[in-house]
Amino acid sequence: MAEAILRMTGIGKEFPGVRALDGVDFRLLPGEVHALMGENGAGKSTLIKVLTGVYSIDSGEIELAGERVAFTGPLEAQKAGISTVYQEVNLCPNLSVAENVFIGREPRRFGRIRWREMRRRAADLLTRLDLAIDVAKPLSHYSLAIQQMVAIARAIDVDARVLILDEPTSSLDAGEVAQLFRVMRRLKEQGIAILFVSHFLDQIYEIADRMTILRNGRLVGEYVTAELPQVELVGKMIGRELAELERLDDRPPARTSDTLVEAAELGGRVAPFSLTIREGEVVGLAGLLGSGRTEIARLLFGADHAATGTLRIGGDQVTLRTPRAAMARGVAFCSENRREEGLIPELTVRENLILALQARRGWSRPVPRKKQDELVAKYIKALNIRPDNPEMLIRNLSGGNQQKVLLARWLILEPRLLILDEPTRGIDVGAKAEIQKLVVELSDGGMAVLFISAELDEVLRLSHKVAVLRDRRLVAELPNDDTLTTDVLMETIASGGAK
Amino acid sequence: MKTLALPRQLPGRLPRNYLPVLVTGALFIAMFTAGGIRYEGFATGQIILNVFIDNAFLLVVAVGMTFVILTGGIDLSVGSVVALTTMIAASLLPSTPSFLVILLVLAIGGVLGAAMGAIIHYFEIQPFIVTLAGMFLARGLCYTIGTDSIPITDPTFTAIAQTRIDLAPELWISPTVLIALAVVLVATYTLHYTRLGRNVYAVGGNEQSALLMGLPVARTKIAVYTVSGLCSALGGLLLSFYMLSGYGLHAVGMELDAIAAVVIGGTLLTGGSGYLLGTVLGVLVLGLIQTVISFEGTLSSWWTKIVIGLLLLVFILLQRLIVTTGVSRER
Repeated sequence: MAEAILRMTGIGKEFPGVRALDGVDFRLLPGEVHALMGENGAGKSTLIKVLTGVYSIDSGEIELAGERVAFTGPLEAQKAGISTVYQEVNLCPNLSVAENVFIGREPRRFGRIRWREMRRRAADLLTRLDLAIDVAKPLSHYSLAIQQMVAIARAIDVDARVLILDEPTSSLDAGEVAQLFRVMRRLKEQGIAILFVSHFLDQIYEIADRMTILRNGRLVGEYVTAELPQVELVGKMIGRELAELERLDDRPPARTSDTLVEAAELGGRVAPFSLTIREGEVVGLAGLLGSGRTEIARLLFGADHAATGTLRIGGDQVTLRTPRAAMARGVAFCSENRREEGLIPELTVRENLILALQARRGWSRPVPRKKQDELVAKYIKALNIRPDNPEMLIRNLSGGNQQKVLLARWLILEPRLLILDEPTRGIDVGAKAEIQKLVVELSDGGMAVLFISAELDEVLRLSHKVAVLRDRRLVAELPNDDTLTTDVLMETIASGGAK
Repeated sequence: MKTLALPRQLPGRLPRNYLPVLVTGALFIAMFTAGGIRYEGFATGQIILNVFIDNAFLLVVAVGMTFVILTGGIDLSVGSVVALTTMIAASLLPSTPSFLVILLVLAIGGVLGAAMGAIIHYFEIQPFIVTLAGMFLARGLCYTIGTDSIPITDPTFTAIAQTRIDLAPELWISPTVLIALAVVLVATYTLHYTRLGRNVYAVGGNEQSALLMGLPVARTKIAVYTVSGLCSALGGLLLSFYMLSGYGLHAVGMELDAIAAVVIGGTLLTGGSGYLLGTVLGVLVLGLIQTVISFEGTLSSWWTKIVIGLLLLVFILLQRLIVTTGVSRER
């Protein structure tokens, strides 16, 4: 095996109250794509930041090409040949492509920037990446995928020996991902070591030669991708037996309980539909993006107004004009955009948790601090929110834990109907399993849940019955019995429910 | 918004970014033509040269302001620094050699600017607030020197004030115009052909990215406020050549004229986009409005402000349109 270009040994990093990295070893060989795997909060980003000098290390050492290094910032790391491309393209959209590649090290003569030379060299560099674009145009003129390539071009121009790609694919479509992978393979042939982080397992298996798995700031192991089956990888990442995920498959049959929500020919931005939700029942909404899932949720929550039909909640006929009216009826809605519509990043976990309760009480009756602390402690424990510090700013939490806080905010209100819109999107496998388990527990406790997810097996695993949507129309309502499979669901979506 | 869509690409090889500059240029030509048709003796070269002569100091100050606004900042202190410069110059000139006075006021302007830039960057305070404080400070300092207007009788200053440079029969400019144009040229070169200039655009485009790309953001931000301070001091000198006096009430509200000129010249207030040529045209448009109104004779000079206000509004709306219609991308 070739000599490692980068070797990190016994890396330790501590933040107040959190041991982010604990004796992690990591090595990177020239000419390989190496995936860094782990849940949110496993220490991947910390490891990258330590490597690029954003954070200093508390213990351990880093060797680059056999020499011990300690960077004080990304710029220094870059000069030594370690370049990073982040998920959000960190370039200047107002400058030309050529400038974005070269700014800070423009070719000059007597201090005068040589524009023509710069454009020529930028075009050459991009050609190496199979990209033929007009480098004189502003960066904002091009798609995100191309901007990402430009960022890579900038990164490799500084004689990079190590290229770190931190979630570069999360906002790219399939074609763009393929383009990126072509570039990565080409760089690999040139002997550059690539550290690749991605949430998409399929992509990892397509491109990565080897992988290093982290869990809770510790090293789980280093593996050759081809020798590690996906199931084992997931098991190693979440550190739990997969059985825990599987067990939920045996949903108890829907109890014959009282009807909680009864929508009859209710319509607005979706075609009129009828749907009943019983107490303690989980109803799944399945359908493609834009099929009307969120619209149904918003109707039931009073965020959109019904144009037709009637809605009964708990036996009473109601007209929901505002979300506030729905909340008064015991409806809670966990939005799919937790960043934009849900959490307030600058507030603490406690403040975010209390928000909905305080809103219901009104501004003149503040929740006593003691009661706040009690509630917060209870829900942090119940939902296993980590780190369990109520005074932590919410933006410092991982995606999965943010989602749990959002969920807890509504659970404090003890709703009768909980609407969950994509609660597990963009969060790691472990948190996903926890949220799924929570849904089951809540429904066992008598809460009705409307569960919306793009992942059919998740819908299937949790729901007592599944309502299938297509083109803003409820096309089928299927009881979740032994005959219902994801294939059946897909077929129903594809055929629009026509038998 | 469909009906208001702007062309994605201007004819030829000009990028869209030039559009506001072209609009300002067209506006200037239109105003000049209209004035020429309406008033006798308007359509002469000297009218335009007079605009330069009467606004040379504003032009220099607006150049500095362009640097600041390109980084997404703002400098409200410029008018006060201009006044302070005239005051210091007028009070020192009787006893000090003029070249020393000139160096001293330039140094004061530069240091003031650098200090404000450093405070803005290192304490992460809004430029608006910091330069507002600088504005009060400089204006207040004027009155500690004196509350009355101090005449300047220094031979060098009066010589510069009275020199006429003949370009052609019936066409002349003052040395201050040459100084202002030299500043414009040097500044244009700096913005387009030096790293400092490109860093100014980069910081204005996305400060966070500029930092991650390893650009010297701190140095750049401090530099632009220093440039603005220097330009204000130089503008103050040009104003004292023009007025031959130092006074604490000189250049009241000039910061707003400078900002107006920069914006009318097509520079985005959010930073990262704009050209000095636009600023020159912006100053010319402002100056021409005044000329037109003085030719009209019956109109109150406050009409200048009304027209500037309307123009500003139109140009900010135009910029908005360019930004919102410019988001579609090629793949």
